[in-house]
Amino acid sequence: MNKDELIAKLKPIIAPYVQDEEAFKNLTEDTDFVNDLKINSANLVDIILDIEDEFNIRLENEDMEQMLNVRSAMAIVTSKLNS
Amino acid sequence: MTKRVVITGLGVVAPNGVGIEAFTKALKNGTSGISFHQELKDLNFSCQIGGIPIISDELKSKYFTDLQLRGFNSSGILYGCIAGIDAWRDAGFDVNEDSELDYDTGLIFGTGTSGVEKFREAIYKLDEGNVRRLGSTVVLQTMASGVSAYLSGMLGLGNQVTTNSSACTTGTEALILGHDRIQNGKAKRMIVGSCSDHGPYVWGGFDAMRVMTYKHNTEPEKGSRPMSATASGFVPGSGAGALVLESLESALERGAKIYAEVLGGEVNSGGQRNGGTLTAPNPEAVKRCISKALENAKVKNSEVDVINGHLTATTKDALEIQNWSEALNRKGEDFPFINSTKSLVGHCLAAAGAIECVASIIQIKEQFVAPNINCEDFHPEIQKLVHSGKIPLESQVQNFNVLAKASFGFGDVNACVLFKRFMA
Repeated sequence: MNKDELIAKLKPIIAPYVQDEEAFKNLTEDTDFVNDLKINSANLVDIILDIEDEFNIRLENEDMEQMLNVRSAMAIVTSKLNS
Repeated sequence: MTKRVVITGLGVVAPNGVGIEAFTKALKNGTSGISFHQELKDLNFSCQIGGIPIISDELKSKYFTDLQLRGFNSSGILYGCIAGIDAWRDAGFDVNEDSELDYDTGLIFGTGTSGVEKFREAIYKLDEGNVRRLGSTVVLQTMASGVSAYLSGMLGLGNQVTTNSSACTTGTEALILGHDRIQNGKAKRMIVGSCSDHGPYVWGGFDAMRVMTYKHNTEPEKGSRPMSATASGFVPGSGAGALVLESLESALERGAKIYAEVLGGEVNSGGQRNGGTLTAPNPEAVKRCISKALENAKVKNSEVDVINGHLTATTKDALEIQNWSEALNRKGEDFPFINSTKSLVGHCLAAAGAIECVASIIQIKEQFVAPNINCEDFHPEIQKLVHSGKIPLESQVQNFNVLAKASFGFGDVNACVLFKRFMA
């Protein structure tokens, strides 16, 4: 899966939790979940569960702690898919 | 100088009507909200009927965002938020997530337990060793104060925000607590109310106690029969009621619509003494609660025009009537008009007090006494104390001023409040 495909798959997972639609429209790899998209930090665990379901992977507590922006989410998902 | 307290907003989610307009119509027409539920039959319940408000997905989405509804499975919180938001709007306020924090308004919204269905989901996952898969919403939807947490955020309330819990007394107690806070000048407005989940996991324990009727599964609307000789247990209900209480001066200043005045009330406990138990009331404490409420409200026994009783359709109805009769020292034709909203909606448990307070205020405002359906055959013990004309079987137009509302609950707890027609 290339980067664009991965972003295309992540966007609908993140969408329901986004509080800043403008920032979401302009989403890039540098977009931060809490600071840019204004996602309630409590919802980050829900995003993690949705990602697990979508990609059929398991994310550990350490993975969750790092998953603060689109770039880190992509990196972690990619590493799980390749492992 | 204590503040006078009035009611400036109402909201209700009842089995026989969602919203004040529908509920008022149902009260006037004596429309039952009790129906048969296959789910209860499939689970081998003795009582297979109950009262569940009808909430469409479309209605839900008018009160909750898609994100709030994601993984949402707490019917009591749903009912409570709808009733609370309706009451707030009815009082003339906007609901706007960017509104300025309102330090003058608080919230006391009670419940027995929250989100039992959500809790069940969580327990299944937990027992499979999957605690990590619960998601973020279990705590908020299962904590007792979930309804206060959701609602206060939707409305931006900055005064005291809390949840009380005193079994079937809960809603009436919430109202009295809110009244006292305004009376003492600690808040200008208090949204008060209570809610209860529906369904087998809330109702099962009562079914097991054999306190719900099993004789009316094929004729659900006949099932809830307070004060009837053939009453055979209560019918479970659910929903929520909410009222905006406000200091008279604040209401007048805003030019708000005023439904009625809260004159005062009393809460107490029978301490499970003198015949009181975990499930039965101590009559002495009930009578004292009524008398103290009258005293606090500065109302004479003879001034009570209408009683909205607790009256659940169990064997305790006659005892309740006896307690009223002795506390007020009135009987026969001199006894006030009396009704039980439960004949129409069932026993809405933790929500009962609030739904019935809303019903009481509607009756004062619109000057009628709602009917007691299914009570054609008065209980003989009640007949000895109350003239049948005082227990209307059909809606009756009445000019009246003072209504007494009482609720009693497991744990031997009591609440009684006096409402008065407001004349500007």
